[in-house]
Amino acid sequence: MKSMIPGRMVKLAVKNLSEYRLRACLTMLGIIFGVCSVVAMLSVGEGANREIQEKIQRLGSRNIIVQSVKVPQDENAGGTANNFIASYGLTYVDAEQCRQYIPNLEALTPMKVLRFDVQYKARKLQTDVVATTPWLLQVQHYRMVRGRFLSSTDMEFGAPVCVIGSRLARILFAGFDPINKTLSIDGDAYTVIGIVGDISQAEVTAHNELWLEGENQNVYIPLRTYLQKRGDLFIQWAEGGSTFEQIELHELILSIDHQDNVVRAVDALRRLLKKNHKAEDYSIVVPLELIRQARETRHLFNIVLGSIAAISLIVGGIGIMNIMLATVSERTREIGIRRALGARRRDIVLQFLMETLLLSISGGVIGLCFGALIPVAITATTHVKTVLTFPAFAVAFTVSVTVSVVFGIYPARRAAMMDPIDALRHE
Amino acid sequence: MSIPIVELNRVVKEYATGPLRVTALRGIDLRIEPGEYAVIMGASGSGKSTLLNLLGCLDHVTAGEYLLGGESVSNLTDDQLSEIRSRKIGFIFQSYNLIQQLNILENIEVPLFYQGVPELEARERAVKLASRLGLADRLEHKPMELSGGQQQRVAIARSLVCNPILMLADEPTGNLDSKTGEEILEVIDELHAEGKTIVMVTHDDAIARRAQRVIQVSDGEIISNNLKEESPA
Repeated sequence: MKSMIPGRMVKLAVKNLSEYRLRACLTMLGIIFGVCSVVAMLSVGEGANREIQEKIQRLGSRNIIVQSVKVPQDENAGGTANNFIASYGLTYVDAEQCRQYIPNLEALTPMKVLRFDVQYKARKLQTDVVATTPWLLQVQHYRMVRGRFLSSTDMEFGAPVCVIGSRLARILFAGFDPINKTLSIDGDAYTVIGIVGDISQAEVTAHNELWLEGENQNVYIPLRTYLQKRGDLFIQWAEGGSTFEQIELHELILSIDHQDNVVRAVDALRRLLKKNHKAEDYSIVVPLELIRQARETRHLFNIVLGSIAAISLIVGGIGIMNIMLATVSERTREIGIRRALGARRRDIVLQFLMETLLLSISGGVIGLCFGALIPVAITATTHVKTVLTFPAFAVAFTVSVTVSVVFGIYPARRAAMMDPIDALRHE
Repeated sequence: MSIPIVELNRVVKEYATGPLRVTALRGIDLRIEPGEYAVIMGASGSGKSTLLNLLGCLDHVTAGEYLLGGESVSNLTDDQLSEIRSRKIGFIFQSYNLIQQLNILENIEVPLFYQGVPELEARERAVKLASRLGLADRLEHKPMELSGGQQQRVAIARSLVCNPILMLADEPTGNLDSKTGEEILEVIDELHAEGKTIVMVTHDDAIARRAQRVIQVSDGEIISNNLKEESPA
C-alpha cells in the first residue's frame, strides 16, 4: 500500500487541531514557556561569557595588581589620635625589588591614588587623582577619547599636566573644551592634555566584587610631578582631627609577558612582599584567578539555569502527553472508524504524532519570539548583559520539538494499539 | 461456479475474558456468492456481531479458515488486514460512525486517504457518489448538521467509495424512523440490483424479507440458512 502523502497528513492535523483551538493553545503554552526559558538561559549565559571575555581583554589577564591596605590600628603603637603618622603599604623598595626579582615581568606600573578636590573655575568636586607612569594606558587598555595620555617627557620633567576621565570632563567642564584648560588639584595647577574613555577597571577595594563597570571620573597626573609637589605624606581630614598617612605607593600593576607565567610570578611576588612587610598591609589581586573563579561561577550558574530550563521543557512535554492522552481517549470512536476503514496502526500513530509535532513546532516558534524578548527585558531592567545567538535559538527549538515528540509517542501508540472493535463501540 | 465472496470453513471464535474463555462462534460454515444479498438474524449474544466483525476482517478467527474472494485472510498481519478492509470491504453502521470534525466530502474520502489515492481523484469520486446518493447540496456540511437518513447516506457513499467486493451493514436502519429506513433500504436494494454483494445484520423480519437469504444465528451456530425460492438450491 502506498503510504499516505505527508502533506495530507499535515492538513489533517491542522484540521483536527483547529477543532480544539483552546486546547491546542493551552498545550502550546507549555512548549512556549520551555523554549522561552531555554532561550533566556542561553542568552544570559552567553552574555556572561562575552562579558568575561571582554573584561579579560580590557583588564589584561597577564596583570597582577597589588594594593596598599590599611591595617587596623594598634592602640599601643604610640602617638595620639590627632598627631599620628600612619605609615603602611607598598614602598619604592617593593617596586624596585619587583622589577629585579619577579620573573617574566614585562612592565611595572606604580600608582598613587589620592582623593583630592579638583576645581575648574567655580566648579569643584572631590575625585580620585592617580599619579602614575605613561604606560598605564597600555596596561589598563584605556581608550583615549581626545588629546594624548601622559608622556615620558611629562614624567621626566615633572610637567604639571593631567589627563582626565570622560565623566569628569563632562561634569567639570560642562560647556567648555577641557583641552589646554587649567584645573586645580588641591590648589596646584595642572593643564589638561587629554581625555580617556570609560573604564572597566579592577575595583580592588571590595574583594569579592570582580569589576565595577564605571565611567571614568579620575584625573591622571605624572607620578614625578606629584612627588615633586607633595612628597609621600598625605594629610587626611577625618573626624576629630587630621591623620597623616605616609604611603609610598597605593597600587602596583605588574604585567607579565604571558598568561602561563602569571601563577609563577604571583608566587614570587607573595614571597617578596612577605619578606618586606611585617604586617600584611597589601592585597594581591590576580585577574586571571578572578577570571577563573568567574568562569566557575558561571558554569554553576549555567547548570542551575539549564536544569530550570530542562524542567520547564519536561513539564511542557508532560503537558503535551497529558493533552494528547485526553485527545486520544476522546477520539477513540474516530480511531475505531479510521481503523475499520483501512487505517493501519502506523497511520494512526502518524496522525497523532503529526498533531503533536505541529503543536510543538508552532509552540516552539512562538516561544522563540517571546524568548527573544526576555533577554532584552532582562538587560533593560537588571543591567545583566545578554546576547542572543543563533545556536541558542536552534538548541531551544530542537530540544523542545524533540521533547514533545518523545512525549507524544506514548499517546499516539496507545491510540494505534486500540482494538478497532472496542474503539467502534466506545461512546 | 464462480469463486464465492465469503467462504467460512469451521470457523471458531473464542474470547479470553480473564480466566474465562467465551466461545462466540462454534464451527461456522458459510458461503456467500457474488451478488448475493444475505441477512444475518439472531438474538443479542447469539454471535451475529462477532460473525460480522470476522467477515469485516476486524478480527481474527481462533480456528478454521476464512477466504475472502478466494484468498485466505485467517493468518494475516494487522497491517494486511487493514489493507483488506480498505480495499475490499465497505462498512455501514447502525450509528453511521461518521467523523464529526470532517465535512461530508471528507468523510466519504477517508478510505481513499488510507489507500493513497491522489487528492483530486479522491475528491472526484466522493463528489460523484455524494450526488448519486442525493447529498450534492450538503457536501460542505458537518455530519451533525444532517438528518439521520442523510448521515446514513453519507456512510453508504463512504462504504462504496473504494468499490468493495463485500458490503457489510450492521442494522443500518436501527436508528432511523420507518420512512427514512425504507429509503435507506431502497438504496441498498439498488446496490444489490447493481450486483453488489451485501451482508446485513438485522432484527427486523420485514427487512429480512427483502433479502435473498436469511441466516439465523443462535448461540454461536447457524441454525438455518434459507435461500429464497428464486435462488438455485
